[in-house]
Amino acid sequence: MTLSVRLRHALPGFDLDIDFQVPPGLTVLFGPSGAGKTTVMNAVAGLLRPDEGRVALGDQVLTDTRTGLHLPPHRRRLGHVFQEGRLFPHLSVRRNLLYGRRFAPRGAKGPDLEQIVAMLGIGHLLERRPGALSGGERSRVALGRALLAGPRLILADEPLAALDEARKAEILPFFERLRDEGSIPILYVTHSVAEMRRLATTVVAIEGGRVTRTGPPPPADEAQDFEALWQALGPALAERLRDAPDGRLRLPLAGRQVTIGLDPPADRGMAQDPRLR
Amino acid sequence: MIALPDPWLGPTEWQAVRLSMRVAFWATLLSLPFGVLTAYALARWRFPGRQVLNGLVHLPLILPPVVTGYLLLIAFGRRGPVGQVLESWFGIVLSFRWTGAALAAAVMSFPLMVRAIRLSIEAVDPRLEAAAATLGARPIWVFLTVTLPLALPGIVAGAILAFAKAVGEFGATITFVSNIPGQTQTIPSAIHALLQVPGGEDAAGRLVVIAVLIAMAALALSEFLGRRVARRVAGA
Repeated sequence: MTLSVRLRHALPGFDLDIDFQVPPGLTVLFGPSGAGKTTVMNAVAGLLRPDEGRVALGDQVLTDTRTGLHLPPHRRRLGHVFQEGRLFPHLSVRRNLLYGRRFAPRGAKGPDLEQIVAMLGIGHLLERRPGALSGGERSRVALGRALLAGPRLILADEPLAALDEARKAEILPFFERLRDEGSIPILYVTHSVAEMRRLATTVVAIEGGRVTRTGPPPPADEAQDFEALWQALGPALAERLRDAPDGRLRLPLAGRQVTIGLDPPADRGMAQDPRLR
Repeated sequence: MIALPDPWLGPTEWQAVRLSMRVAFWATLLSLPFGVLTAYALARWRFPGRQVLNGLVHLPLILPPVVTGYLLLIAFGRRGPVGQVLESWFGIVLSFRWTGAALAAAVMSFPLMVRAIRLSIEAVDPRLEAAAATLGARPIWVFLTVTLPLALPGIVAGAILAFAKAVGEFGATITFVSNIPGQTQTIPSAIHALLQVPGGEDAAGRLVVIAVLIAMAALALSEFLGRRVARRVAGA
């Protein structure tokens, strides 16, 4: 089942205008903070009605502004994993996990509780309240809760952003496992190159509300160099790129001569998607 | 005869206490669903006339209670437009009955109730409600399983506050249902009546003590329940 998304939506400061597909596997929606990633997720989930556009899962249309169709979130059956977890504080972990179960249609075959609890290693937490959980535990429960609702697609909106490195390493394998099982497509939002590189089967890079690149993730070494370079020098490089006469910068990096260029071309005046060449 | 004040309540005073409790109990119980609904609408919905509704709810707080009582009499009296319908269709008579006292108390305490509940609903994180929706919950289920339990401390506080206010309501009650012992004479109207006759001070004083005790008990109960519910909801 493939999710297709075409959206146009006015945001403070810029317009979101994107068009992309989420094929089976794990698609990473990749871009810096403020690129419009969460808006895309909310529009797919039905939490936001876009100014214009069409969202369809397989042959079911979820939103089509031309016909005025906008399926409310509770009828979309998409598992949303939020950055902050959003567990219900007044319910035990068990009742959080089973929350979506009672709303799933009778025919829907989702995983059962034991299976999810075993996979996520949260058996000892079932009777606790979310207030008594650590950040990593909360993330696992949030993922389990979304899976147990029997979703047709997983929407993961920076599910690891609130965690430290150790906790991230604890959660990443679960997403890898979901991806490798391949039963549900996953749309995963992040601005971390490491997560993108580790998880993605497809990358949709967005910046300033536009899709700047789609396709398989970049090869490992290039991405690693790029991550280090961009995180250390991003703003300064963008500045120098703008000033470079041919829109190219040649720098020594990791023992190699690396050329950095702009894509789209430099005449747009902004470093939309600096790319290694 | 010894001049010490009799510490015990006479039959009409007991009657007033019992009636006050009954009036306040039903006033609170029956207005609670409307209070929650109104508070939810004011907290979460954006609709034309929202400010008008807000003003209407707060009106009894601002109007002289006698005016509210008089408006109730006009509308719910036996010849009033609503009163006529209630009597001929359902056989319900409100004016000069304890049920009318309950209506007056409900109307007068409604703003306090709505205010407390509204604040607690506004404090519920809408992102939790959105999360419930993505898990397949229809809006009514989101309300019943997420919003309502999380707002419970405020709802309990609002109900108890309304109860205490209903026990003490005087102006609208006496205007709408008068001051008939055993029928519509609540604690405040009994105190008022006792102070009109010579030698009634002792009995009035005893009722004053009762009124103070009820108010303090309500306050303590509201604190206690509020804290308990808040702890349960916070889920540590």
